Amino acid sequence: MSDSGQKKEVLLDISGLEVHFETRRGIARAVNKVDLKLYKGERFGLVGESGSGKTTMILALLRMIKTPGFIAGGKAVFDDGTDLLQLDTEQVRQTRLKRVAMVPQGAMNSLNPVMRIGDQMVLTMREHDEPGDKDELMQRVESLMEKVGLKPEAASYYPHELSGGMKQRACIAQAICLNPQLILADEPTSALDVVVQRQIMQTLRQLQLDLDATVLLVGHDMGLMAQFAERVGIMYGGKLVEVGTVSDIFRNPQHPYTQLLISSIPSFEKRGDFKGIPGVGLSLLDPPSGCLFHPRCPKAMERCAHNEPTLRQVAAGQMASCLLYEEEHNAPAS
Amino acid sequence: MPPLLEARHIRKVFAGGGGLFSENTETVAVDDFTLTIDADKPSFTTIAGESGSGKTTVARMLLGVISPSDGEVLYNGQNVSGLDKGQMRSFRQDVQAIFQDPFEVYNPFYKVDHILTTPIRKFALAASQKEADEQIDVALRTVGLRPEETLGRYPHQLSGGQRQRITIARALLLKPKLIIADEPVSMVDASLRATILASLHKLYRDFDISFIYITHDLTTAYQVSENIVVLYHGTVAEAGDVEQVIKNPQHPYTRELIHSIPVPDPGSAWIEEQVEEKQVDETEVDENLAGCRYAPRCIHAMDKCEKKPPLYRSGVGCAASCFLYDDQESLAGGDLTKIFSESDV
Repeated sequence: MSDSGQKKEVLLDISGLEVHFETRRGIARAVNKVDLKLYKGERFGLVGESGSGKTTMILALLRMIKTPGFIAGGKAVFDDGTDLLQLDTEQVRQTRLKRVAMVPQGAMNSLNPVMRIGDQMVLTMREHDEPGDKDELMQRVESLMEKVGLKPEAASYYPHELSGGMKQRACIAQAICLNPQLILADEPTSALDVVVQRQIMQTLRQLQLDLDATVLLVGHDMGLMAQFAERVGIMYGGKLVEVGTVSDIFRNPQHPYTQLLISSIPSFEKRGDFKGIPGVGLSLLDPPSGCLFHPRCPKAMERCAHNEPTLRQVAAGQMASCLLYEEEHNAPAS
Repeated sequence: MPPLLEARHIRKVFAGGGGLFSENTETVAVDDFTLTIDADKPSFTTIAGESGSGKTTVARMLLGVISPSDGEVLYNGQNVSGLDKGQMRSFRQDVQAIFQDPFEVYNPFYKVDHILTTPIRKFALAASQKEADEQIDVALRTVGLRPEETLGRYPHQLSGGQRQRITIARALLLKPKLIIADEPVSMVDASLRATILASLHKLYRDFDISFIYITHDLTTAYQVSENIVVLYHGTVAEAGDVEQVIKNPQHPYTRELIHSIPVPDPGSAWIEEQVEEKQVDETEVDENLAGCRYAPRCIHAMDKCEKKPPLYRSGVGCAASCFLYDDQESLAGGDLTKIFSESDV
């Protein structure tokens, strides 16, 4: 596997991204000052529990945050200088599918039930002013069908005539129809059986390689992340707490949360051995002071309750946000 | 002593799978399923399968929520559909259910205490309020909850993991002999999954409660259970000691299934490896195939697979319904009890 991530060109530079939700009980910081660079042609996995902000983050990149949520700050700058977060409505419409596309979680609800698959895709291309008449566009659709492992005839099917796996393939075909640079995939296989999951993920990876696109895969299945992603980011309470190559994250995790997460993964190696993460998840409306993880952290120190850690380099190509790796400010110089 | 719960050749056919414009078809959700849960020896059995395998339909028949189209479910030797009022009452106490969704089982207008106090009242489990409070306290602590942090709250004020553990505490209050848990952790975060499975395992170990654990997730099945039954489209593909079935699967379907699970080890070639498979048009597979249901996808399919394979012994403590093993002894009546008991010794 190529681990030359350091030398690669940056595709999207996300910095200080903040998404807030206004509620009667105050503001919930669903995405809390996240910095993340995505490189060209890489597969990045974003992991977190429910409520960690991983889905909100990709919705922000698609500019699909709805009230009471709003993007409260930050930048997401493409390699040509375009800031995704500054685009107006028309520019956003142009950018979707052409530069940023999404493979949704529930393929079941993502296709128009009363239109044939091919017609929906032709409509999409027309909306984006793709050249060619209907027949030419339909030919493109049919070749897309083959790329995602469907028969060309599938273009003439209605969504209900397809199985769950086939629908997800159709969604992938739709996502790549304008050759986007960035594909956001939100648990694309969580509704599918494992046998089909593997086929879909293999297809997605092949397409990613062919298009040299960047895939941001969001999910909580650590097995899937280990197999699909080249780099992995771990989110907790809206913050990115660790980023590293997939082998570093799984073999040499640095943040205590990541360490517990990795050791809690069930496997076929140990029976009757249950390791969970102690405590309960945090409430975004009433987050703890200092490090968000400190109430559950087995390595918490006194200062963890007061000082907020920042994401910083802890090893080559690996960043973690933990006071274990920050020197105390008032510590005597050694 | 009759077994606590026994499913004898149960089968469930749902009528009218077709839509408005298509022909009215029948769907065989479960075809000839036999399982015995002993009263005197606790067991932990997983029924595993993917969506559409019939695992939840089996659970609902075992719980007496729906009745089988053929065959019978027996509780203490009595057909569940013919229990009198008193027997039904003891069935509802002995056999408890835990469901998948820790959100929907609660009435949002009641505090969570309600689902704990109701069974105590209905089954007259406590002589006094004080005794009832004590029982609730013990049950909550057993599943790892602190009563002061959970009682008096509304469901939305608790996390999914806490809510699911309260439903386990509720089941525990009734001192059941068997708990049927249908995907109890699939909607809970990974970090809490282990804690809930540990609670279930503790009830089995320390309180001698038998479990039927229904899941699509073979890794958690491997962690908690002793025996496993793998269903494929309503039929038993493979069954036996969990160690045997997971580590050394014999049925081509089980092999494919286990092979497809992404392992949390970045070194493996899961994503690259080309799987030997048959191209199947899923829209054209006959749902009610007379022979082996897996044959259309099976790379080992032979002529004789047009007939339905019985369960053949595929090793010590395991059996597979596949003609690849037809030189072995076939299991009379498809009864898995004998197979399961082999691995105990």
